[in-house]
Amino acid sequence: MIKPQKLKVVQLKSITKKFPGVLANDQVNLDINNHEILALLGENGAGKTTLMNVLAGLYNPDKGEIFLHGKPIKFHSPRDAIANGIGMVHQHFMLVESLTVAENIVLSLQSKTLSLNLDRIRQEISDLSNQYHMPVDPDAYIWQLSVGEQQRVEIMRLLYRGADILILDEPTAVLTPKEAIELASVLRHMANEGKAIIIITHKLNEVMTFSDRVTILRAGRVVDSMLTEKTSKEELAHKMIGRKVLFQLEKPQCSPGPTVLELESVDALNDKGLPALRSISFQICSGEILGVAGVAGNGQRELAEVITGLRSVTNGSVLVNGEDVTNCTPLEAINTGISHIPGDRIGVGLVANLPVSDNLTMKAYRQPPITRGLFLDSEKLHKFAENLIRSFSITPPLPEIPARLLSGGNQQRLVLAREITANQGVIIGVHPTRGLDVGATESVRCTLLDQREHGASVLLISEDLEEIIQISDRILVLYNGLIMGRASTAEITLEEIGLLMAGQSLNKYNH
Amino acid sequence: MDNAFIVSILIITIRAGTSLLYATLGEIFTERAGILNLGVEGIMIMGAATSFSTAYYTNNPWLGLIAAIIVCGFLGLIHAFLTITLRADQVVSGLAMTIFGTGLASFMGQRLGPRGTTLIGLQGPSFDRFPFPLLNHLPILGPSFFNQDILVYILYLLIPILWFFLYKTRPGLKLRAVGENPRASDSMGIDVAKSRYQYTILGAVLIGIAGSHLSLGYLQGWAENITGGRGWIAIALVIFATWNPLRAVLGALLFGGINAIQFRMQAAGTTIPASFLNMMPYIFTILVLVIITWWEAFRKRIGAPSALGLPYVREEKD
Amino acid sequence: MKISFEKRIERSKLSVIMVPVISFILALLSGAIILLSFGVNPLQAYTVMIRGSLGSGYALSETLVKAIPLMLTGLGVSISFRMLFWNIGAEGQLAMGGIAASFVALFLEKFLQPILVLPTMFISAILAGALWGLIPASLKAILGVNEILTTLMMNYIAILLVEYLYLGPWRDPEGYGFPGTAPFPKTAWLPRFTGRIHIGIILAILAATLIWFILNHTKRGYEIRIIGQNPRAARYTGINIGRNILIVMLLSGGLAGIAGMAEVSGIARRLCSGLTVGYGYTAIIVAWLASLNPWGILLIAFLIGGVFVGGDQIQIAMQTPAAVAQVLQGAILFFMLGGTIFSNYRVRIIRGLEKNNPGAEPHG
Repeated sequence: MIKPQKLKVVQLKSITKKFPGVLANDQVNLDINNHEILALLGENGAGKTTLMNVLAGLYNPDKGEIFLHGKPIKFHSPRDAIANGIGMVHQHFMLVESLTVAENIVLSLQSKTLSLNLDRIRQEISDLSNQYHMPVDPDAYIWQLSVGEQQRVEIMRLLYRGADILILDEPTAVLTPKEAIELASVLRHMANEGKAIIIITHKLNEVMTFSDRVTILRAGRVVDSMLTEKTSKEELAHKMIGRKVLFQLEKPQCSPGPTVLELESVDALNDKGLPALRSISFQICSGEILGVAGVAGNGQRELAEVITGLRSVTNGSVLVNGEDVTNCTPLEAINTGISHIPGDRIGVGLVANLPVSDNLTMKAYRQPPITRGLFLDSEKLHKFAENLIRSFSITPPLPEIPARLLSGGNQQRLVLAREITANQGVIIGVHPTRGLDVGATESVRCTLLDQREHGASVLLISEDLEEIIQISDRILVLYNGLIMGRASTAEITLEEIGLLMAGQSLNKYNH
Repeated sequence: MDNAFIVSILIITIRAGTSLLYATLGEIFTERAGILNLGVEGIMIMGAATSFSTAYYTNNPWLGLIAAIIVCGFLGLIHAFLTITLRADQVVSGLAMTIFGTGLASFMGQRLGPRGTTLIGLQGPSFDRFPFPLLNHLPILGPSFFNQDILVYILYLLIPILWFFLYKTRPGLKLRAVGENPRASDSMGIDVAKSRYQYTILGAVLIGIAGSHLSLGYLQGWAENITGGRGWIAIALVIFATWNPLRAVLGALLFGGINAIQFRMQAAGTTIPASFLNMMPYIFTILVLVIITWWEAFRKRIGAPSALGLPYVREEKD
Repeated sequence: MKISFEKRIERSKLSVIMVPVISFILALLSGAIILLSFGVNPLQAYTVMIRGSLGSGYALSETLVKAIPLMLTGLGVSISFRMLFWNIGAEGQLAMGGIAASFVALFLEKFLQPILVLPTMFISAILAGALWGLIPASLKAILGVNEILTTLMMNYIAILLVEYLYLGPWRDPEGYGFPGTAPFPKTAWLPRFTGRIHIGIILAILAATLIWFILNHTKRGYEIRIIGQNPRAARYTGINIGRNILIVMLLSGGLAGIAGMAEVSGIARRLCSGLTVGYGYTAIIVAWLASLNPWGILLIAFLIGGVFVGGDQIQIAMQTPAAVAQVLQGAILFFMLGGTIFSNYRVRIIRGLEKNNPGAEPHG
């Protein structure tokens, strides 16, 4: 069979996109061909989704141009993009759950007619189903469908509107392995029919299984682009992570004490009811920092939540100092001595509109001297807050101002101040330095190391590999809810972590 | 129980239930778009006052109806503006509308009579009952359903039309999407704000017609507090009907029927159980609410608009 | 070019004060226009209104009479609103309080020491109002049922119950057609000061103090603040939201119950029509206008009471409809509603093509 001629359908030239404080895309050049599946590979923050959002009409690039079939084009909205045949399936589906598949598809058409021609729609859905081997029941209600089936509806929607270039953002993130295989086959059919498909991913096996070509982005720039069959997972991992200069931080030798936190075969579901954690088992000793590496969305959030009482486990147990605290309430977790530095600083960790003093005392308010019985002594509350502001150098040192007026770094200092003071043994830190400047980052890391010296057990969940390597004693890598590997920081290399993060298992770390 | 008794009950049920149903249908459409309008009572009584006073002076009930439509539509526009564009709290805006509307209507009722006196007791033109040709010869249904005034007959037509609109047309589909998931609707190119404006105003118009039926059809005149809480009942009926126009018919008949039975009982000399009968629909409604919320799948099938009561802001994440 | 509303980061002190003032003035102006269109001289009307509500001892007392139930129920709803629990059921809770107090006054009074009658009525009114509020609160806390709709439905049931009682089994046998119960015995009368002002005013001030204290000086108040401002953070920090909903509703319903008792025992001295006249709904507006501040609620309740009484006076003195008060109140509300939006959001005029998604955050 003669291979069909691949034509360059889209060319992105020097695309630059800035957000406050972040250069998401830095003069990116990208070619997209039809009859081809291109994988866009990179870590979180590499700029892949931003780049595709530009192509799909959601963002305007600050600099650079888009060429469609050789002609320069500008999109003002996603509707413009889809009118030109470019459509994107996002990670969060845009479907109305109480309506049927056919009704959802009808909605996205720009028709002005009054009547609902559902029969014709049904027929056309059927035809598309057959053409792309993508079975979809037009009369099913969205809420009845599995996530994989809903994804198919989203793809169907784009095809229905004549999309020739389809972008899928982390498509297998919500699929079971079987559904992922089915998706691969569907995408292959679409590519054979002449469509151009782009998959945004951080998973290496996805790249190897799905794509014809792969482009790697790192820190907003294109690192390299090659044919999939000509590369290997190791090479991709290496290019994805790159070599970074590590900050040198004094990490004193510490001999860990007895086991403090232990998880045994913990399973948990995420908000959509899919497995987020599978048979997670590990231990942290006192005076030890265990780093959890992994790309966001592989179970990290759920891991923090099951330990701190914000999510229940479906299986397994959580023990602190030998005591079973599985499925405890957040209050019980706090009383057991677990401190939680949440990943969502403003949404969960702070009450933005309330004064700094209220925020600082969110843990301590239950006890004397602030509260005796039912009564709260606001003077003592203030004093407590002032002390913490001083010890942790929170600027500006004004307890009455609302927390939202503090800078990101100071907000994090606030959270740390609160959590560390209340700490009696276990600290769960989720992305503790995200969005902070160098100085604040350094101070947070030092604080964690300090706690470690004082015997605390720290679980550090972070997307920042540098940070994990710098301050953890041991490392776990989470991928798809599983522990892909565990090792001591000293023995494992950056590339190996990268491989594990992207789903490639390595025998020597499989224990 | 003989036929004449049944017929007389049915007649009152339908006459009493008509204004309830108009208002309920209007509020169903408004809530389907995601806007809660607690000002039904105020808008309805304004409809009654406007239509009666206009009809009286122009000697034409149709002009009264049109005036009510315009005025109540405008009230709906105010609520829409406050809650959609200014993103004010929907509960407070609706309550303000009720207070304002009842007050203004009462004011009109006491001042719009000849030479600035009251409207109470005046005889104006009205929509009288008349037998519907042919159909009024049906047994039982004929003398009851088909011996009503023109607004009732219009309602008979309106019910299937509104049902068809909601479930079988494209704009109806958009409406169902907007109330359920405004963000998804927005991403599909539906103008969420415009839809909400349209259906809030439409809802208010139907409520205005409901009020007109009270003062020009059913009760034919003006009285202080002519609506007697019907506006609040309509809000309850919307839940009872689970936002479905056909079930609303059932609910309106039920409430209207209770009204009718109450009349009968009053005639027989006792009103005591009436209050308890009157309570039943509200208790049922609470039960319906509990079932709806509890049974997740049930809720999705019934289609309580998920975004009801929440303002939609595109830039803000929740 | 288009106009968009953006949430303000910070409310300027000037706008917090200026906006309500301007709204109030605009409301009075629009009220004046309405009055004019009905042939009433607005200046004259407003003068009569002020004199009629504040101008004499009698006027003041009447204003307070209307204000007291508004104060009590307003305080009640304010505390539940702080927790984002939209208690629309104050009307029904008030009614139940009135029923409970009436029950004691009519049927238990003869078994009690005279000095115990009022306290018993007081306690039973609080319990009745609290329990009435507890039902929708439990439905919300346990099953997540929308409280706006449930509290509203509970109102109807309570109002109908009141009606049933005073027209039916509790009807005054010697009433000769007057719809209501027999008058309460003197021991069940809430003492009055001058005019018709009863000690409910003291209860209202005590309640305001209690609420202020709870909010600022107790653990519960602290938790309520946090839940109201960020429920997710509240949960993260171990606060039990369900339990707080229940406690707050007990308080909220209880206060409304007290208002009901004050009405039947201090004003009417019987259970009759005139109890459920909308205080519970107006209270919501009072609380909202006062930004949920307990002292502000006392003040605004007083002002709104004045608007009502003054409106009555306009009717008597100038032969205009009493509904003028309602119209004015509604107008004030609309304008203040619209006005506070401006202090929370600012208007921006965007020229040319804006970014497609101005508030977007970068993803990876």
